[in-house]
Amino acid sequence: MYAQMIKSEASQEDPEALKAFQDRIDAGSKIEPKDWMPEGYRKTLIRQIGQHAHSEIVGQLPEGNWISRAPTLERKAILLAKVQDEAGHGLYLYCAAETLGVSRDQLTRDLLSGKMKYSSIFNYPTLTWADMGAVGWLVDGAAIMNQVPLQRTSYGPYARAMVRICKEESFHQRQGFDIMMKMANGTDAQRRMAQDALNRFWYPSLMMFGPSDKESVHSEQSMAWKIKMNTNDELRQKFVDQTAPQAEYLGLTVPDEHLKFNEESGHYDFSEPDWDEFFQVLKGNGPCNTERLAARNKAWDDGRWVREGLLAHAKKKRNAAIAAE
Amino acid sequence: MSSPESSPYNDTEAAEHGSPRKTEWPLWEIFIRGQHGLSHRHVGSLHAPDAEMAIKNARDVYTRRNEGVSIWAVEAAHIAASSPEEKGSLYEPSNDKVYRHPTFFDIPDEVGAM
Ligand SMILES: [Fe+2]
Ligand SMILES: [Fe+2]
Repeated sequence: MYAQMIKSEASQEDPEALKAFQDRIDAGSKIEPKDWMPEGYRKTLIRQIGQHAHSEIVGQLPEGNWISRAPTLERKAILLAKVQDEAGHGLYLYCAAETLGVSRDQLTRDLLSGKMKYSSIFNYPTLTWADMGAVGWLVDGAAIMNQVPLQRTSYGPYARAMVRICKEESFHQRQGFDIMMKMANGTDAQRRMAQDALNRFWYPSLMMFGPSDKESVHSEQSMAWKIKMNTNDELRQKFVDQTAPQAEYLGLTVPDEHLKFNEESGHYDFSEPDWDEFFQVLKGNGPCNTERLAARNKAWDDGRWVREGLLAHAKKKRNAAIAAE
Repeated sequence: MSSPESSPYNDTEAAEHGSPRKTEWPLWEIFIRGQHGLSHRHVGSLHAPDAEMAIKNARDVYTRRNEGVSIWAVEAAHIAASSPEEKGSLYEPSNDKVYRHPTFFDIPDEVGAM
């Protein structure tokens, strides 16, 4: 559907301008906010950056769940800093989206109404402290796979936001792996918790890269525009190749009996996640969809008096300053 | 955390950049001096009700890891920018004057580094 729309819009645009635009991208130059761009490019970017921003914001919820119950003060401070970073990532990305002509409040309203999506991974619950390890290690790990190549994306503000984000992400993954190491080398009960967290987060992490490219309608155009730098399958393979030896190091078992290093291809063979589950979660039927959206709506509603109060205060101060002149 | 993934949903409504609706906090562009001796550099933007809050928010959003020693916040609506279409005429005069670049002058090797 969406790919069709891009096409029909593109056909109304000046073919010469479209070609010049594509040439600029092919030559590796960055597109900046005030430059001419095809409508489909602008809309796809708003959708992608907005969805990414929402994911950073909603992604604070599963980890925020454990801030008050972290096992030590140090772990609590680390988790708090990590979750604060995610808020920052959301803000960098909203700013990048805003340069395309959509307002942050509009994007927020579209998240709150369910019109825009966020990453399906955050619709899974975090049941034990070991989940903080699994989330940092696997979920941030998968996010890094996606984000590193996006530092070279064709849209300047998006690429620059990605550079900032990537600088901060490796702390996230490392703190998660550190938790996993502690748990995996701990008591039997802690080991079981670590294994259980890996069991629950493995396939949802693989889903983070999206369905196979054979089924992805907007892949091709997005890759030509350098909005998407790799196919979903390429990134998923890279993630498995990187993560499987790490699980082995931890002495944990990846919940996939077909996971095996393939000497011939030089990559791991692995099982696909259950895509029916993925589409169900996307549709709103995951374990925490309702809870997550309700939490975001509540935060927005409860914060309204603060937003309006500060605006009123700023206006009052401005008027007083004018009167004093 | 998080990553973009392909999933179908509708487009979002567009708004004019830089002109907030009545209930929205205005947009501020943030400039940070990384270290003493360097100029302020644009790092991004944020929303805040006034200048004081813009600087406080900038501290949290853009300097969580000692990235700066000084912050400027400028309301985005007050920034005048050249438009890309002017690129040619705006920069041509200086492109003509190649003698502004040191490589325009041939200095004999005997003179040494200059
Ligand atoms: Fe992260
Ligand atoms: Fe993040």
